[in-house]
Amino acid sequence: MSDQGGRIAVASDQDVVRVRQLVRTVAVAVKLSLVDQTKLVTAASELARNTLVYGGGGTVDVTRVDNGRRNGIQIVFADQGPGIVDLDLALTDGYTTGGGLGLGLSGARRLVDEFDIVTAVGQGTTITVTKWCR
Amino acid sequence: MERVPVLKIGDILLVSIQIDMEDQVALQLQEDLADRIVATGCHGVIIDISALDIVDSFVGRTLATIASISRVLDAETVVVGMRPAVAITLVELGLSLPGISTALNVELGMDLLARNRAEAGEGDYADDEADDDETAASAS
Repeated sequence: MSDQGGRIAVASDQDVVRVRQLVRTVAVAVKLSLVDQTKLVTAASELARNTLVYGGGGTVDVTRVDNGRRNGIQIVFADQGPGIVDLDLALTDGYTTGGGLGLGLSGARRLVDEFDIVTAVGQGTTITVTKWCR
Repeated sequence: MERVPVLKIGDILLVSIQIDMEDQVALQLQEDLADRIVATGCHGVIIDISALDIVDSFVGRTLATIASISRVLDAETVVVGMRPAVAITLVELGLSLPGISTALNVELGMDLLARNRAEAGEGDYADDEADDDETAASAS
Protein backbone atom coordinates (compact mmCIF):
# COMPACT_ATOMS: atom_id res chain seq x y z
CA MET A 1 0.00 0.00 0.00
CA SER A 2 1.54 3.29 -1.09
CA ASP A 3 2.20 6.00 1.46
CA GLN A 4 1.69 8.49 -1.36
CA GLY A 5 -2.03 7.76 -1.43
CA GLY A 6 -4.22 6.22 -4.09
CA ARG A 7 -7.74 5.26 -5.02
CA ILE A 8 -9.88 2.53 -3.51
CA ALA A 9 -13.16 1.39 -5.01
CA VAL A 10 -15.63 0.86 -2.17
CA ALA A 11 -18.06 -1.96 -2.78
CA SER A 12 -17.91 -4.07 0.39
CA ASP A 13 -17.09 -4.12 4.11
CA GLN A 14 -13.57 -5.23 3.25
CA ASP A 15 -13.02 -2.11 1.18
CA VAL A 16 -13.90 0.04 4.19
CA VAL A 17 -11.12 -1.75 6.08
CA ARG A 18 -8.77 -1.06 3.15
CA VAL A 19 -9.65 2.64 3.22
CA ARG A 20 -8.77 2.75 6.93
CA GLN A 21 -5.43 1.06 6.26
CA LEU A 22 -4.51 3.34 3.35
CA VAL A 23 -5.43 6.49 5.29
CA ARG A 24 -3.41 5.26 8.26
CA THR A 25 -0.37 4.58 6.05
CA VAL A 26 -0.48 8.02 4.45
CA ALA A 27 -1.21 9.75 7.80
CA VAL A 28 1.93 8.19 9.27
CA ALA A 29 3.94 9.21 6.20
CA VAL A 30 2.94 12.88 6.43
CA LYS A 31 3.69 12.72 10.17
CA LEU A 32 0.30 13.55 11.62
CA SER A 33 0.33 13.24 15.41
CA LEU A 34 -1.04 9.99 16.83
CA VAL A 35 -4.28 11.65 17.96
CA ASP A 36 -4.74 13.31 14.56
CA GLN A 37 -4.04 10.01 12.78
CA THR A 38 -6.67 8.38 14.94
CA LYS A 39 -9.20 11.15 14.26
CA LEU A 40 -8.61 11.06 10.52
CA VAL A 41 -8.78 7.28 10.22
CA THR A 42 -11.97 7.29 12.29
CA ALA A 43 -13.53 10.00 10.10
CA ALA A 44 -12.49 8.08 6.98
CA SER A 45 -14.09 4.93 8.35
CA GLU A 46 -17.39 6.75 8.96
CA LEU A 47 -17.43 8.38 5.54
CA ALA A 48 -16.34 5.28 3.63
CA ARG A 49 -19.13 3.34 5.33
CA ASN A 50 -21.60 6.05 4.30
CA THR A 51 -20.34 5.78 0.71
CA LEU A 52 -21.03 2.05 0.87
CA VAL A 53 -24.30 1.99 2.81
CA TYR A 54 -26.04 5.16 1.60
CA GLY A 55 -24.28 5.79 -1.70
CA GLY A 56 -24.41 2.17 -2.83
CA GLY A 57 -20.63 2.14 -3.22
CA GLY A 58 -18.21 4.53 -4.86
CA THR A 59 -14.60 5.59 -4.71
CA VAL A 60 -12.23 6.98 -2.11
CA ASP A 61 -9.16 8.99 -3.19
CA VAL A 62 -6.40 9.66 -0.70
CA THR A 63 -3.86 12.36 -1.62
CA ARG A 64 -0.96 14.07 0.11
CA VAL A 65 -1.35 17.84 -0.02
CA ASP A 66 0.87 20.79 0.78
CA ASN A 67 -0.33 24.40 1.14
CA GLY A 68 3.18 25.84 1.19
CA ARG A 69 3.27 25.96 4.97
CA ARG A 70 2.00 22.63 6.08
CA ASN A 71 1.63 19.09 4.87
CA GLY A 72 -1.65 17.30 5.07
CA ILE A 73 -3.95 14.67 3.65
CA GLN A 74 -7.00 15.15 1.51
CA ILE A 75 -9.57 12.41 1.10
CA VAL A 76 -12.42 12.49 -1.42
CA PHE A 77 -15.41 10.16 -0.99
CA ALA A 78 -17.57 10.01 -4.11
CA ASP A 79 -20.69 8.03 -4.88
CA GLN A 80 -23.37 8.07 -7.57
CA GLY A 81 -26.11 7.24 -5.09
CA PRO A 82 -29.42 8.96 -4.32
CA GLY A 83 -27.81 12.09 -2.85
CA ILE A 84 -28.85 13.81 0.35
CA VAL A 85 -32.27 15.50 0.36
CA ASP A 86 -31.85 17.69 3.44
CA LEU A 87 -28.19 18.39 4.04
CA ASP A 88 -28.67 20.43 7.23
CA LEU A 89 -30.68 17.61 8.73
CA ALA A 90 -28.13 15.01 7.62
CA LEU A 91 -25.40 16.98 9.39
CA THR A 92 -27.34 17.04 12.66
CA ASP A 93 -26.09 14.83 15.48
CA GLY A 94 -28.34 11.86 15.99
CA TYR A 95 -30.21 12.09 12.68
CA THR A 96 -30.16 8.86 10.68
CA THR A 97 -32.08 7.21 7.88
CA GLY A 98 -30.08 4.02 8.05
CA GLY A 99 -30.64 2.73 11.56
CA GLY A 100 -27.22 3.92 12.73
CA LEU A 101 -26.40 6.33 15.51
CA GLY A 102 -26.54 9.38 13.26
CA LEU A 103 -22.99 10.35 14.17
CA GLY A 104 -21.19 9.40 10.96
CA LEU A 105 -21.47 12.64 9.01
CA SER A 106 -21.66 15.12 11.88
CA GLY A 107 -19.01 13.30 13.89
CA ALA A 108 -16.63 12.97 10.94
CA ARG A 109 -16.92 16.71 10.30
CA ARG A 110 -15.72 17.42 13.84
CA LEU A 111 -12.70 15.14 13.43
CA VAL A 112 -11.16 16.88 10.40
CA ASP A 113 -9.88 20.40 9.67
CA GLU A 114 -11.77 21.00 6.44
CA PHE A 115 -15.02 19.41 5.36
CA ASP A 116 -16.79 20.06 2.09
CA ILE A 117 -19.87 18.31 0.78
CA VAL A 118 -21.49 18.49 -2.65
CA THR A 119 -24.71 16.58 -3.13
CA ALA A 120 -27.68 16.60 -5.46
CA VAL A 121 -30.71 14.37 -5.33
CA GLY A 122 -30.34 11.58 -7.87
CA GLN A 123 -26.76 12.53 -8.68
CA GLY A 124 -24.73 11.31 -5.77
CA THR A 125 -22.61 12.82 -3.07
CA THR A 126 -18.98 13.92 -2.95
CA ILE A 127 -17.34 14.71 0.37
CA THR A 128 -13.86 16.18 0.60
CA VAL A 129 -12.01 16.29 3.91
CA THR A 130 -8.56 17.60 4.77
CA LYS A 131 -6.40 17.21 7.84
CA TRP A 132 -3.26 19.33 8.28
CA CYS A 133 -0.18 18.66 10.33
CA ARG A 134 0.02 20.94 13.34
CA MET B 1 -14.52 -14.25 7.07
CA GLU B 2 -12.29 -13.89 10.12
CA ARG B 3 -13.76 -14.52 13.56
CA VAL B 4 -12.89 -13.09 16.92
CA PRO B 5 -12.26 -15.89 19.45
CA VAL B 6 -14.17 -15.97 22.74
CA LEU B 7 -12.21 -17.57 25.61
CA LYS B 8 -13.70 -18.84 28.87
CA ILE B 9 -11.61 -18.16 31.98
CA GLY B 10 -13.34 -19.20 35.18
CA ASP B 11 -16.63 -17.33 35.35
CA ILE B 12 -15.57 -14.84 32.70
CA LEU B 13 -15.63 -14.75 28.92
CA LEU B 14 -12.62 -12.94 27.50
CA VAL B 15 -12.64 -11.42 24.04
CA SER B 16 -9.45 -9.85 22.73
CA ILE B 17 -10.00 -8.06 19.44
CA GLN B 18 -6.72 -8.29 17.53
CA ILE B 19 -7.85 -7.47 14.00
CA ASP B 20 -9.23 -4.50 12.12
CA MET B 21 -12.78 -5.84 12.03
CA GLU B 22 -15.05 -5.70 9.04
CA ASP B 23 -18.58 -4.75 10.07
CA GLN B 24 -19.77 -8.33 9.52
CA VAL B 25 -17.08 -9.65 11.86
CA ALA B 26 -18.30 -7.30 14.59
CA LEU B 27 -21.88 -8.49 14.13
CA GLN B 28 -20.74 -12.11 14.21
CA LEU B 29 -18.92 -11.46 17.48
CA GLN B 30 -22.15 -10.08 18.94
CA GLU B 31 -23.91 -13.36 18.10
CA ASP B 32 -21.05 -15.62 19.19
CA LEU B 33 -20.85 -13.89 22.56
CA ALA B 34 -24.58 -14.18 23.22
CA ASP B 35 -24.39 -17.91 22.42
CA ARG B 36 -21.37 -18.43 24.66
CA ILE B 37 -22.93 -16.56 27.59
CA VAL B 38 -25.95 -18.83 27.46
CA ALA B 39 -23.89 -21.98 26.88
CA THR B 40 -21.44 -21.32 29.72
CA GLY B 41 -23.59 -19.40 32.22
CA CYS B 42 -20.74 -16.94 32.66
CA HIS B 43 -21.63 -13.76 34.52
CA GLY B 44 -18.89 -11.53 33.19
CA VAL B 45 -17.58 -10.49 29.78
CA ILE B 46 -14.31 -8.65 29.22
CA ILE B 47 -13.65 -7.12 25.82
CA ASP B 48 -10.03 -6.12 25.32
CA ILE B 49 -9.66 -3.43 22.66
CA SER B 50 -6.03 -2.53 23.37
CA ALA B 51 -5.05 -3.65 19.86
CA LEU B 52 -7.63 -1.43 18.15
CA ASP B 53 -6.18 1.77 16.74
CA ILE B 54 -9.62 3.19 16.09
CA VAL B 55 -13.17 2.69 17.34
CA ASP B 56 -15.68 4.23 14.96
CA SER B 57 -19.41 4.63 15.53
CA PHE B 58 -20.16 1.16 14.17
CA VAL B 59 -17.77 -0.62 16.52
CA GLY B 60 -18.87 1.67 19.36
CA ARG B 61 -22.47 0.79 18.74
CA THR B 62 -21.59 -2.91 18.57
CA LEU B 63 -19.86 -2.69 21.96
CA ALA B 64 -22.92 -0.97 23.44
CA THR B 65 -25.22 -3.60 21.94
CA ILE B 66 -23.05 -6.42 23.29
CA ALA B 67 -23.22 -4.84 26.76
CA SER B 68 -27.02 -4.64 26.56
CA ILE B 69 -27.42 -8.20 25.30
CA SER B 70 -25.10 -9.46 28.04
CA ARG B 71 -27.06 -7.63 30.70
CA VAL B 72 -30.30 -9.24 29.54
CA LEU B 73 -28.51 -12.60 29.75
CA ASP B 74 -27.34 -11.90 33.33
CA ALA B 75 -23.77 -11.05 32.45
CA GLU B 76 -21.88 -7.82 32.93
CA THR B 77 -19.57 -6.41 30.27
CA VAL B 78 -16.37 -4.45 30.83
CA VAL B 79 -14.47 -2.92 27.93
CA VAL B 80 -10.76 -2.70 28.71
CA GLY B 81 -7.57 -1.35 27.20
CA MET B 82 -8.85 1.63 25.24
CA ARG B 83 -5.96 3.70 23.90
CA PRO B 84 -5.87 7.39 24.90
CA ALA B 85 -6.10 8.60 21.27
CA VAL B 86 -9.12 6.35 20.75
CA ALA B 87 -10.83 7.77 23.83
CA ILE B 88 -10.21 11.35 22.67
CA THR B 89 -11.53 10.58 19.20
CA LEU B 90 -14.61 8.72 20.45
CA VAL B 91 -15.70 11.60 22.65
CA GLU B 92 -15.14 14.13 19.87
CA LEU B 93 -17.08 11.91 17.49
CA GLY B 94 -19.96 12.17 19.95
CA LEU B 95 -19.92 8.63 21.31
CA SER B 96 -19.65 8.35 25.07
CA LEU B 97 -20.53 4.64 25.24
CA PRO B 98 -23.36 5.01 27.77
CA GLY B 99 -24.04 1.93 29.85
CA ILE B 100 -20.62 0.43 29.23
CA SER B 101 -18.26 -0.23 32.13
CA THR B 102 -14.61 0.33 31.36
CA ALA B 103 -11.30 -0.53 32.99
CA LEU B 104 -7.74 0.23 31.98
CA ASN B 105 -6.63 -3.37 31.49
CA VAL B 106 -7.80 -6.97 31.73
CA GLU B 107 -6.65 -7.40 35.31
CA LEU B 108 -8.52 -4.32 36.54
CA GLY B 109 -11.51 -5.45 34.48
CA MET B 110 -11.56 -8.78 36.29
CA ASP B 111 -11.30 -6.98 39.66
CA LEU B 112 -14.24 -4.78 38.70
CA LEU B 113 -16.39 -7.75 37.71
CA ALA B 114 -15.52 -9.61 40.90
CA ARG B 115 -16.30 -6.58 43.03
CA ASN B 116 -19.62 -5.87 41.32
CA ARG B 117 -20.58 -9.51 41.53
CA ALA B 118 -19.82 -9.57 45.23
CA GLU B 119 -21.79 -6.36 45.81
CA ALA B 120 -24.73 -7.55 43.73
CA GLY B 121 -25.96 -9.39 46.80
CA GLU B 122 -24.96 -12.75 45.48
CA GLY B 123 -23.26 -13.14 48.84
CA ASP B 124 -22.01 -16.55 47.84
CA TYR B 125 -19.51 -15.28 45.31
CA ALA B 126 -16.76 -17.39 46.88
CA ASP B 127 -18.93 -20.48 46.50
CA ASP B 128 -19.67 -19.51 42.94
CA GLU B 129 -16.01 -19.60 42.18
CA ALA B 130 -15.47 -22.92 43.87
CA ASP B 131 -18.34 -24.45 41.93
CA ASP B 132 -17.08 -23.08 38.68
CA ASP B 133 -15.85 -26.30 37.14
CA GLU B 134 -19.01 -28.09 38.07
CA THR B 135 -21.28 -25.42 36.59
CA ALA B 136 -19.22 -25.25 33.46
CA ALA B 137 -19.36 -29.00 33.06
CA SER B 138 -23.10 -29.19 33.55
CA ALA B 139 -23.70 -26.24 31.26
CA SER B 140 -21.76 -27.52 28.29
